Amino acid sequence: MFHKILSKESGGKKQPKAIPVTLSTRIRLARNLRQFPFPGRAEVAQKRAVLSKCIDAMSGIKGLNNSISVEVDDLSELDRQILVEQHLISPELSQVEEGSGIVLTQDRSCCIMINEEDHLRIQVLRPGLDFSSVWKHADEVDSGIESAINYAYDGELGFLTACPTNLGTGMRASVMMHLPGLVMSKNMDKVINAVNQLGIAVRGLFGEGSDANGSIFQISNQQTLGESESAIIDRLNSTLESLVRQENFAREKLLQDDRTRLIDKMSRAIGSLKTCHLIQSAEAMDLLSLVRLATDFGMMPDKFRGLADRMFIEVQPGHVQLSAGEAIEPNQRDELRAELLRNQFLRAPLLDLSSHS
Amino acid sequence: MKCHHCDNQATVHLTQILNGQMHKMDLCETCAQAKGVTNPENLSISNLMDKVEMEVDTANTSMVCESCGTTHQEFKKGGRLGCEACYHVFRPVLDPLLDGMHAGIKHLGKVPAGSESRIHFEQSMGSLKKKLQEAVEKEDFEKAAELRDQLRDLQNESKATV
Repeated sequence: MFHKILSKESGGKKQPKAIPVTLSTRIRLARNLRQFPFPGRAEVAQKRAVLSKCIDAMSGIKGLNNSISVEVDDLSELDRQILVEQHLISPELSQVEEGSGIVLTQDRSCCIMINEEDHLRIQVLRPGLDFSSVWKHADEVDSGIESAINYAYDGELGFLTACPTNLGTGMRASVMMHLPGLVMSKNMDKVINAVNQLGIAVRGLFGEGSDANGSIFQISNQQTLGESESAIIDRLNSTLESLVRQENFAREKLLQDDRTRLIDKMSRAIGSLKTCHLIQSAEAMDLLSLVRLATDFGMMPDKFRGLADRMFIEVQPGHVQLSAGEAIEPNQRDELRAELLRNQFLRAPLLDLSSHS
Repeated sequence: MKCHHCDNQATVHLTQILNGQMHKMDLCETCAQAKGVTNPENLSISNLMDKVEMEVDTANTSMVCESCGTTHQEFKKGGRLGCEACYHVFRPVLDPLLDGMHAGIKHLGKVPAGSESRIHFEQSMGSLKKKLQEAVEKEDFEKAAELRDQLRDLQNESKATV
């Protein structure tokens, strides 16, 4: 059952169309139950009690219709890896031993981690940029759970969390951004420093400490206390708008100053994707990033943006093994990954430079 | 705004990112010079923080949360608290940290209405029951009857809202 949800191509609902620069929007709420130690300090029996209390509280909640729950113990290594690659659970949760669980909706728009660093991590995610609907969904699920459970809450400090950096709203709002212009023009370090000063964090694709393969970055609020949820989202949004402007500016500038080199790169990327026979995930990510960029320039048909986004996930090691139906060695994975990409890009056209000549 | 180290007016406002964490510090001209703030190349806010923490430390080394057993040392090392009671126990060392970590130190977000009212109900019931028992022990039956009525009203009220 769980396997089926993970291997489904997309959720039941029609996914919004992929847009330039912003890949997806996410909100995560950290919550803890009253009178239980936080997971890091809890005995297995206490964790189990929290787990069953939470799962009971979630039944019948609007916003969690058609969801299933599963204990992390019961998942295979591969299933866990796939959940991480789909950004549904954290690498930390995939490593836990006992007493942790996951509640996931069929359309994969909401995934709740139970007994990760906090008792509850309610996560809602959507393609594109859409904080208002993501917040609405997360808020609804949160209130639904709270109607049956007492949260650890303090009038002055807000929702109490294991790490004081999540205190208050317990909210981490983030977007996944595709910033090849800023990376290629070597402006990314400067940008990271500048947004850091505004209390906004920049991380790689898989969160803390991960590389920014494919020029994909996660941008999120660092501060959770002292501001309302809407103020945090507004501040993040204005930073995002400015990042999008800077990214577009960097792209235009690259196209002006270093036109042939840039077109050569994007063009060869398509060639490589059509002809590769062995490819590692990092290289695949970089090629796909160039395809997405070419699509944003209008040099590739629009549908390739969505394809690139899907492939960003399907070229990850776990997903390649999922499609193979078994765990396989890295060498064999590189071969299978290449086959997948060749098939997907078989009929991809060459760059259309008519509007850019 | 006062200087982090002395009581003079702070004129130098410093923000530094260390391991992805933002640290803010306000200093007066003299302390800023003494700490080498005027030369950003040689500056490390962590040195400044360490000094402040060390002063606090000597006073707090014995802090331990009785509810979950988390010690101040553990909190300092791992940065994680063990339970809700830790927020009371470690409040003195937590407050200065929160100040540098967040946009403010007062929660301005969502209020969990259900939890709040249920907790308030439990607490009111608890204190009324305690008072009732005291009244009974003192054989103050008039007071006891009054408290019993209050308890009944509170219970009915909570049923009505559910």
